[in-house]
Amino acid sequence: MTIDWAHFTPLWSTIGGLLIGLAASLFILFHGRIMGVSGILGGLIRPLKGDIGWRVIFFLGLISAPIGARFFGLMPEIEIDGSPLQLIVAGLLVGFGTNLGSGCTSGHGVCGIARLSPRSITATLTFMATGVLTVWVIHHSGIGG
Amino acid sequence: MNHLTRRISEYLVGLLFGAGLIFGGMTNPSKVIGFLDFLGMWDPSLAFVMGGAVVISFLAFRGAKQREFSLFGRVIMLDDSKSIDLRLLLGSALFGIGWGLSGFCPGPAIASLGTGEWKVFLFVIAMIIGSWVAGRIQFRTY
Repeated sequence: MTIDWAHFTPLWSTIGGLLIGLAASLFILFHGRIMGVSGILGGLIRPLKGDIGWRVIFFLGLISAPIGARFFGLMPEIEIDGSPLQLIVAGLLVGFGTNLGSGCTSGHGVCGIARLSPRSITATLTFMATGVLTVWVIHHSGIGG
Repeated sequence: MNHLTRRISEYLVGLLFGAGLIFGGMTNPSKVIGFLDFLGMWDPSLAFVMGGAVVISFLAFRGAKQREFSLFGRVIMLDDSKSIDLRLLLGSALFGIGWGLSGFCPGPAIASLGTGEWKVFLFVIAMIIGSWVAGRIQFRTY
């Protein structure tokens, strides 16, 4: 392991993290819900009457963020390296896995760890570990080209 | 609390979350992959995103645990399940593989729809299908 100092952004990442934490805090304290994106999405895939509106509105806010950031000239460059096939396979795995495991980076990784839930801590360590291994296989093992 | 106020608040929380993801670097898949490249050239930035987010929400959840109703009068829904089972482990493991393959997890992927990049749409459609399939399958509990 070598630290990639050239891309390291501790200040901006901390600011981003504090904003995410604030959002999760406001959501539980005002709305009584856990800000877990895969769960909020799951409720739209199998919708229940009277439990749809808040999910749609929350996602509209989320999607508005890059539009707003671009409008004010604050949107950083984004770089999507994966091929279309790779993104489809990845999307299927992320959708399937987060539904089966009842959570993703926001639900388990932020809200669950903040509640010190052993279940969420286990989930987070698991997806971090397979994420690290996958990146190693693709970029360093010679298998992924 | 009236309906419109609640709706506006839900929208603003989504926007705030999205802003955090953008400024923190989570909406840039190549930066996420840099964070997961722990065994190669590691960019630790996203640990700061998670750290910042957890510190703030730790306090909020401590408060939430002691209340039955939210400030808008909604029932506080905390998932109290404790079981660490095969579903949790297998699901999280598969999610991590997809995360490492693409650099996208669900929140940043949905936020990035707002960039208009066609590859994001491809990912999100596949993610919806994947989640739908998982919901259709009855898993035996071991």
